[in-house]
Amino acid sequence: MRDVYMVAGGVSKFKKARPDATFQKMVKEAFDYAMDDVDGLSRDQIDGSVASYFSDHFTRQLMAGIMATDYLGLCPKPNKRVEGGGATGGLCFQAAWEAVASGRMDVCLAFGFETMSHVQTWKGNEFIALASDVNYDYPVGGFYSGYYAMMVNRHMHEFGTKVEQMAMVSVKNHMNALYNPYSQKGGELSIDDVRNAEMVAYPLTLLDICVMSDGAAACILTDEKTAHRLTDRPVRITGVGTGTDAMRMADRPHAEVPLLPHEKKSDYKKLKYPGIHSFRAGRMASIQAYKMAGIKNPLREIDFIELHDAYTSSEIQTYEDLGLCRYGEGGTFVEEGHPFLPGIDYKLPLKNKGTLPVNPSGGLIACGHPVGATGLMQAVFAFWQLQERIGVHFGDDTLQIDGARKGLIHSHAGTGTYVTVSILERGW
Amino acid sequence: MARKKISKKDTPKYNPDAKLPETMTGSTVYNVPFPEDLSDLKKMSPIIVKYPYQIEYIHSYGQDSPFFAALTRKKLLGTRCPGCRYTYATPKYHCMLCGSECDWIELPLAGKIHTFTTCYFGSEAFLEETPFHLILVEFDGVDTLLLARLIGVKEPGDIKIGMKVKAKFRRLCELKPTDVYFVPAVDE
Repeated sequence: MRDVYMVAGGVSKFKKARPDATFQKMVKEAFDYAMDDVDGLSRDQIDGSVASYFSDHFTRQLMAGIMATDYLGLCPKPNKRVEGGGATGGLCFQAAWEAVASGRMDVCLAFGFETMSHVQTWKGNEFIALASDVNYDYPVGGFYSGYYAMMVNRHMHEFGTKVEQMAMVSVKNHMNALYNPYSQKGGELSIDDVRNAEMVAYPLTLLDICVMSDGAAACILTDEKTAHRLTDRPVRITGVGTGTDAMRMADRPHAEVPLLPHEKKSDYKKLKYPGIHSFRAGRMASIQAYKMAGIKNPLREIDFIELHDAYTSSEIQTYEDLGLCRYGEGGTFVEEGHPFLPGIDYKLPLKNKGTLPVNPSGGLIACGHPVGATGLMQAVFAFWQLQERIGVHFGDDTLQIDGARKGLIHSHAGTGTYVTVSILERGW
Repeated sequence: MARKKISKKDTPKYNPDAKLPETMTGSTVYNVPFPEDLSDLKKMSPIIVKYPYQIEYIHSYGQDSPFFAALTRKKLLGTRCPGCRYTYATPKYHCMLCGSECDWIELPLAGKIHTFTTCYFGSEAFLEETPFHLILVEFDGVDTLLLARLIGVKEPGDIKIGMKVKAKFRRLCELKPTDVYFVPAVDE
């Protein structure tokens, strides 16, 4: 297996709707941005590509992957589509990693998109809810916000997590997004603003939930030799992990917690796991990625994280899966300020601000969630952080984490059915 | 309508006068602007058309069919693995743990709320039914849960994890999982 590097990335501006462009053109925008960021890389050096989009229903165009590939001028080279719900982008990133790691390609493009504006929101929710068992779950009232609300109600019951702690995630991510020009909706919010917003599925309000978007993203991955030829700041992918779980929440077992290196069995004496309060797929993905990257204690060793905050509650649940704190302590983790950026005033009393910034970009909640692009967007933002070039790409360096050397990206599907974790590090 | 038979003689081999019949079924757009200078076209606003997208879909419940048949008899079925005894509230015909073919069993008609929510919005298909309550039900001696609607409560504040609930069935079955629903099994 060869070392794999990221040498460039690009993102289209995420918006509620992009009627001015088809998906091919949005992908082209992200691709051109990435290509323009490295001198000495031309299309003929790209050996192949992987396409990422989630829903044939939203696109209403089968084989859309090849249409983007031909638009980019990458035919007749290899291309395929990967799909795994919300984690499609993360899976695509890892598929491109596999292509280079295996030696099949020296340069592989991962691109993704989603066009969610083609139906109105409630129809969109229906399309998304089809990613639940259509025999038993979808017909009962298929609605992802409802599913996540059920999960967090159990999390609150097991661990005492509070809605105000969830609201703090929303405050953080909306505030961060104010400094990210690619985001869909930054904002200065208070805990009360989040709690007083319209109730969608109790206890999740409109501001606890990410929005649907149109957008595209692209990443270029290469082998070591090519990476060092193309850029003096290549980023090495040092760990990849992928976990899965049963589609139906109802089927999640109650067993033992798979432990990370810094955890003990005695930490979880009474915990029935994963139940519906935790994501076993996220834990499995973390275990694999940390092992490969040699990470023993993620809180101490990782400098920032871009994780899949489709809901404020799932951000809190994910802190625990990733081992940033113990299971049950996710609410306290955010309340104490650990995942906030140290240099921004959130107008909240935060005791331990900025231990490990999570979603410095604004995450899905504020950037938007054009599903197939999302996991790749996280990779691009993480890549720019590690290159210390946030200021160049955002036109503002407020979100730049000084001296960031190691970052984690996390992509998540369904009610925790597919989860990917990838570790990116400075490669120079 | 039967196709009109056209004799080969009537139709010339090549017909430069051939013309598609005009219909009134296209997109209705008025005043599409078009510039004199083609270089101005890049500034043109996108044309957006809207059309219906509806299908009749044929879905088989497959090996899950007995669950739906049982609902018409006011019975709730789960499955149990004869090998490892793992018991599924939401049926699985093959055991996730050991791979054996499971047997159908009757579930108790009473259980407890494992978790809940109240949906004030939803997918288009269920929007008219909002607000509605969703619960995951746990049953004694059963390892997995069942997703269902809860009625007979007013607000999410009235729903408690651990609360006892009992199953009720629609008299007029729709052969959907909503043919069974739950009500609180507690008195005030």
